[in-house]
Amino acid sequence: MSTSTDTIESLVKQDYKYGFVTDVESESAPPGLNEDIIRLISTKKQEPQWLTDWRLKSYRHWLTLKEPQWQFVKYPPVDFQDITYYSAPKQKDDAPKSLDEVDPKLLETYEKLGIPLRERARLAGVAVDAVFDSVSVGTTYREDLAKQGIIFCSFSEAVREHPDMVRKYLGSVVPYTDNYYAALNSAVFSDGSFCYIPKGVRCPMELSTYFRINAAKSGQFERTLIIADDHASVSYLEGCTAPMRDENQLHAAVVELVALEGSEIKYSTVQNWYPGDEQGRGGIYNFVTKRGLCKGRNSRITWTQVETGSAITWKYPSCILLGDGSKGEFYSVAVVNNRQQADTGTKMIHIGKNTRSTIVSKGISAGHGQNSYRGLVEIRQSAENARNFSQCDSMLIGNSCGAHTFPYIEVKNTTASVEHEASTSKIGEDQIFYCNSRGLETQDAVNMIVNGFCKEVFKELPMEFAVEAQKLLGVSLEGSVG
Amino acid sequence: MTKTPILQIDNLHAGVEGKEILKGLTLTIHAGDVHALMGLNGSGKSTLAAILAGRDGYEVSKGTVTYMGHDLLDMDPEVRAREGVFLAFQYPVEIPGVNSTYFLKAALNEIRKHRGQSELDAIDFLALVREKMKLLELGEDLLKRSVNSGFSGGEKKRAEIFQMAVLDPILAILDETDSGLDIDALKTVAEGVNKLRRPDSAQLVITHYQRLLNYIVPDHVHVMADGRIVKSGDKSLALELESKGYDWILKSS
Repeated sequence: MSTSTDTIESLVKQDYKYGFVTDVESESAPPGLNEDIIRLISTKKQEPQWLTDWRLKSYRHWLTLKEPQWQFVKYPPVDFQDITYYSAPKQKDDAPKSLDEVDPKLLETYEKLGIPLRERARLAGVAVDAVFDSVSVGTTYREDLAKQGIIFCSFSEAVREHPDMVRKYLGSVVPYTDNYYAALNSAVFSDGSFCYIPKGVRCPMELSTYFRINAAKSGQFERTLIIADDHASVSYLEGCTAPMRDENQLHAAVVELVALEGSEIKYSTVQNWYPGDEQGRGGIYNFVTKRGLCKGRNSRITWTQVETGSAITWKYPSCILLGDGSKGEFYSVAVVNNRQQADTGTKMIHIGKNTRSTIVSKGISAGHGQNSYRGLVEIRQSAENARNFSQCDSMLIGNSCGAHTFPYIEVKNTTASVEHEASTSKIGEDQIFYCNSRGLETQDAVNMIVNGFCKEVFKELPMEFAVEAQKLLGVSLEGSVG
Repeated sequence: MTKTPILQIDNLHAGVEGKEILKGLTLTIHAGDVHALMGLNGSGKSTLAAILAGRDGYEVSKGTVTYMGHDLLDMDPEVRAREGVFLAFQYPVEIPGVNSTYFLKAALNEIRKHRGQSELDAIDFLALVREKMKLLELGEDLLKRSVNSGFSGGEKKRAEIFQMAVLDPILAILDETDSGLDIDALKTVAEGVNKLRRPDSAQLVITHYQRLLNYIVPDHVHVMADGRIVKSGDKSLALELESKGYDWILKSS
């Protein structure tokens, strides 16, 4: 019999089933970044002058910034001149008028990914916007949604068809000056999703965006903007995959949510970018800025994320609780295996009175993975009777991984109540043996234990997504215990 | 009358990290019998239980263990469980977030699959569970909680015996099930175990004290010392130990 340490340390590679490459002709800008490239992107997308100017302003600001170093992840410096900033599947004529005109190979790709883009969408009841490399390739269900006044389209279309709204809210939650990668995204973002829910409308279906990086050496810089008008509500899902490639690819997205009076936005992510191989070759750098503004009274924003992919995950979906009585919630499961690194968490900024925030973070580390929770709870002076509850739990599988917690709490109002709970546990040989001794296989035992650990987060996901997330977790940790 | 034994341990030598703990243990258990294994701390009782259940980290250097005619040591722990070996843990393990009912249903269905039986659905399973719960006077709320999480010592031990009742083993090994139980809990657990006695199954009750054997009456009592069985007898041996202590056996062995 082998010793217990051997068993738990024998890490085997997982299979990344989304690692295929689609052979579509694409039109790419030459690699590198300068003002001409930005103008090219803007021209390609037939953007108005104000947007071109905004991009250029962002770019010039970006040039003054240095790549941040404070995060607890290690990677060689990114060569921003070696990245392709614009890559789009080549269209035979102009943009497709309907889904039927979309390149069948693209649709095949999405089918392989299990995204119900065509008629299946109707059955599944999920409206999907799919972003392939940099361009949005099709949005299902638009007409049905339009009947209720809901706008759900690609970002480029929104710029063309709803310019006032885009102009009003773009950068209002994440200004281009916010951080290094937000500035970069503001300069070069290519597409993304836009969603507006009018006053008093509850969006009747889950809205969903699927992101896919296909072209080699390309970065993906999409931008999502969601606005829920007074007393509206929407649940939004985001999924991501990429082919397996040896070099690292950069994904620097920006997501902005605006919740007006009494509205609710639920934003759920299942992030499964290619994580790299066992030795840490390849994989996506996922450097994303996500932020929601609870602008109106009694508004509510919920972030739920299941992060199993990427070589490096670096993101903090946050809530600015401006409106009195607004609520921010963050539920997260972050898994790192092999050489993956994650530095993720949230920021809850309490400004309004009687604001509430809840943070539940579950970090799972296996292999040589490094997982950090970093979270800020800030109670401003104006935030009378603010409440926060934070819970950060870490689980370790094996002896070569790490879990780290960096909580920051700033309270400037004495009526605030802030609670923080944290725990670290090791998935023990004991737990596994206990399950074995009841007839369960080791892999089933690990899945059961890990899913139990993540239960509080999974119950926040929309049902189909919760099932998906559980499966994904199983795949991500496959072979993590021998 | 000769019966095929359920368990046959022959001259078993085993240890951990090069240190020999079992030094030639021999024991045969037949169907229908309850065996009590007694001995001082460190005599190797719990090591034996762990090796029988298949816990990692033990090296068997010599000897054989035959279970229902097959080499037990050759089987993975989950296979042993499916073949009908059950260990009631001395320290049952907590699994937060995993619902007890879900856990037990998964376990039972693995065992049923192995035996070529159909898997139980939620309704049939619940009916089975309700029936078995009566045996142990367990509250239903226990089933809604996570596996052993936040259970008191007594609840954990009762939950173990409850699992035993549901999984219906051929060979049940009870590792110091009495430790940490007050007298009332001890009685309940013991009564539960007694109700589970069947002519075609067997129990190996490992205990430090005679106390438990007032309630679970063994057919055979063995005393372990320094990795071997040094004396075997009937239930009167346990009583003798209770009054005289272990010294007289250790000296005479």
